[in-house]
Amino acid sequence: MPKRHAPSLPPSPPRADALAKALGAERYAFDARPEGCLWAGAFRPGALFGPEGGMAHGRVRGVDTTAALAVPGVLRVLTAADVPGANLQGIVHKDQPVLCGEVLRHAGDPVALVLAESPEALRAGLAALRADIEPLPGVFDPEEALKKGAPQVHAGRKGGNLLLGAVIEKGDARAALKSVPVLVRGEFSTPVQEHAFLETPCGVAQLLPDGALQMTVSTQSPFRDRFEIGHALGLNPFKIRVRAPHLGGGFGGKDGATVQCLLGLAALKAGGRPVRMVWDREESILAGYKRHAVRLRYALGAERDGTLVALSCRVVFDTGAYAHLGSEVMELSMEHAAGPYRIPHVRVVGRCVYTNNPIAGAFRGFGVAQVSPAFESLMDELAEKLGLDPLALRRKNALRHGDENCSGVRLTGSAQLTDCLDAVAAHPLWTTREAWRAGAPAFTRRGVGLAAVFNGMGYGRGLADMAIAKLELTEAGGFLVYNGVPDMGQGNSSAFALLASQELNQPPSAIGLVQPDTEQCLPSGSSSAGRTTYTYGNALLKACAAMRVKLLSRAAMALFCDNLEGMELLPGMVRHRPTGKSLPLAAMAGFLSRDDRVCVAEALMPVAQNPPDTGKSFFIGFPHLLFAYAAHLARIEVDELTGRVRVCDYLAVTDGGRVLHRQGFDQQAQGGVAQGLGYALLEDFRLAEGRILTGDLSTYLIPTALDLPDIASEAVEGCEETGPHGLKGVGEVGLNGPAPAVGAALYEATGARLRDLPFTPERVLTALRKKPRRRRT
Amino acid sequence: MKLSFILNGATVRLDAEPDRRAVDLLREELGALDVKEGCGTGECGACSVLVDGVQKLSCLMLAAQLEGRTVVTAAGLGTAEKPHPVQRAFAEHGAVQCGFCTPGMAVAAAGLLAENPAPAREDIRRAVSGNLCRCTGYVKIIDAVEAAARELAARKGKTEDAR
Repeated sequence: MPKRHAPSLPPSPPRADALAKALGAERYAFDARPEGCLWAGAFRPGALFGPEGGMAHGRVRGVDTTAALAVPGVLRVLTAADVPGANLQGIVHKDQPVLCGEVLRHAGDPVALVLAESPEALRAGLAALRADIEPLPGVFDPEEALKKGAPQVHAGRKGGNLLLGAVIEKGDARAALKSVPVLVRGEFSTPVQEHAFLETPCGVAQLLPDGALQMTVSTQSPFRDRFEIGHALGLNPFKIRVRAPHLGGGFGGKDGATVQCLLGLAALKAGGRPVRMVWDREESILAGYKRHAVRLRYALGAERDGTLVALSCRVVFDTGAYAHLGSEVMELSMEHAAGPYRIPHVRVVGRCVYTNNPIAGAFRGFGVAQVSPAFESLMDELAEKLGLDPLALRRKNALRHGDENCSGVRLTGSAQLTDCLDAVAAHPLWTTREAWRAGAPAFTRRGVGLAAVFNGMGYGRGLADMAIAKLELTEAGGFLVYNGVPDMGQGNSSAFALLASQELNQPPSAIGLVQPDTEQCLPSGSSSAGRTTYTYGNALLKACAAMRVKLLSRAAMALFCDNLEGMELLPGMVRHRPTGKSLPLAAMAGFLSRDDRVCVAEALMPVAQNPPDTGKSFFIGFPHLLFAYAAHLARIEVDELTGRVRVCDYLAVTDGGRVLHRQGFDQQAQGGVAQGLGYALLEDFRLAEGRILTGDLSTYLIPTALDLPDIASEAVEGCEETGPHGLKGVGEVGLNGPAPAVGAALYEATGARLRDLPFTPERVLTALRKKPRRRRT
Repeated sequence: MKLSFILNGATVRLDAEPDRRAVDLLREELGALDVKEGCGTGECGACSVLVDGVQKLSCLMLAAQLEGRTVVTAAGLGTAEKPHPVQRAFAEHGAVQCGFCTPGMAVAAAGLLAENPAPAREDIRRAVSGNLCRCTGYVKIIDAVEAAARELAARKGKTEDAR
């Protein structure tokens, strides 16, 4: 077996946040505990087990607060009647009550909020609450939900349970599929996935004497949160201050309000005292957002030489009780449904449907993770049918720079999937695969699979993907970067510090960071969509360029130089090279006003010009212009007796444009693959009538160090002309590869195409029973 | 009950409910905010501390169980000026992303190296398998623990050479 390659040389400088985090010195929203704070907690009666309740759909007849209010230390019990504003939250569609006053639409819906002096009093208060809820028939399957007479999740809503129906069409797929020489079809399903960030949703909030609401919260979207909170609670969003310290993970699950509106409400009723809210793990799984479960029906047609001709795809999304980002996630699914390939005739139909299941929303791989196993499985089937090498078939059809993609967008950005595939083809893990497979120990079977994947960057057309960078020369002569995009762990703030250090020619120690704070920093979109470092990075480069010119010109004045010729920015000083005269930055900071020490610049991600005449029902986000690409390879071993799959080796080759920080790049690739392997093999989210059966980390299993191989990451270095120093976002693409790569490897090992994720031992064993041991070729 | 134990090298004496969870005592009473909590049920390992040199989950321990013990948290392993080799290696080798699991992970790694100064990768995997990380895929964590083991061995070699 090939040894894992040594860590790349030269080593990247350590991330700016790494040592403080390793020392335990970093402070998260979880660690905010102001003096004298109260505790707030939500009462979610639908989740109660036993005779008292447990239901996902019901009419709220009343909440009995008497016993709870009698608990010592319980100060207030708030219900829907206490919510001053619209009592509706939601990023795009405002359909989710902060507190439900009339209807429970899923098991995690809250009907009351308790304020208490201590966590103990809060627990006792919550336990003493009683809700009178009349059960209503629920609907837990999106296709059932579309049938006539199905229970309505939002009664009286125009459109019923269908949140959005949409079509993306290019050419004439229906006609083309009738006449193609080779056709493959399949039905697939992908499950709910839980983010399982280590830091559960949490924060503190306080109402200040002047009526302003301030909040420190674990959030990916502090600037947008103000509007969500303001709308829900009837507050002026500009009188809400949100701070987002380092997050203990996000992955999409903290994009949009989790605790925010509840916390804001609690603060409004706390008499000016600070309030703290921390969801425990069970509450986080119960009430948090999930990856959408999707059903997919596909047909893919090709010429005999493997040239792809037509694809049709229908997806049905279960968005759960509320819209959250359901339509937007489905948009990404549909836009990526045909894979990273050139196909002239494409028709993708999507329906995003309300049910009484938990709320689905954003999750790294945002819709793309759901379609990847399907289109890649069909590519393998096609290769087999045509007797072609699966890698060669992908290479032949791979999208390249200048091609028109399946939504009809001309790819003007970098697109180096073929280079990724070539790197896999040349890799020992691929070239030695036959010998490796033949070496399977007794009662095990081995398989090697690959996947080609991609992931769009940014918000897409119709919603400006913008960031505003702010850079300050400090009084001490250093620099402060006012980060506008939360760092949920991906290291964007360290990347910003590195960019500033390089651009300003200063040592890393001279660059400080202010983490997102709606009062000090400037609106910069959410930490999401592979756009964080790209968009804010571009803005920061502009701010650095402006700062350089500012410093050189102010120094020229002070040094009696006639122009900027020969002026250079050096560590800690500006020097006039011809004369050797210099001015320390600290001295310059002393005579510049605060206003003059600050540079602000914005950047906007480009969008597709002349957008295709399709996808009209998407409100925002269609289409995307820039994509990251990757080719993945998995070598797996299947235990014939238990059905257990062990991933022995894994390789991710990623096209993320130019690599700014190799270690950070590999971190994103490896982390995405790890979550993707969890999605492929372990994470089996179970529901029964909308109630979660895997409500904690002992039943919902995420990968441990024993479940994953040494994931190898390689970079195909290219250059995305529009990116900061040529980079593209690589946060998401890594998650999309593992499920299809493992699926392909499983087919090679077992002869069975598993089309329902995750590939649990039970499913693998069932497949093995149906397929006798394959003859080795 | 009156409780006395050593926390990160300093003796602490306080009055505590004996059935208070150790994690709450450490975080809320003693301000040891480096001790994280990710589940409260012993699944995630974020609350790991060393008790008499052995990795324990402070969410599953009660205050009374700390009586007379020596407790080390991540902040007690090293400082910014003098980090523990594990902490330095975590930072240098990219083992840290969101960092919420990191204090517990560093404690687990330090506990392993105290017991087994030259662990194989599989030993490291096993030693940190009770500590969940959702960000890294563990590769760089294992790399870092290997590097820390090498540094500790080199230091030990130097000390022995000096004798």
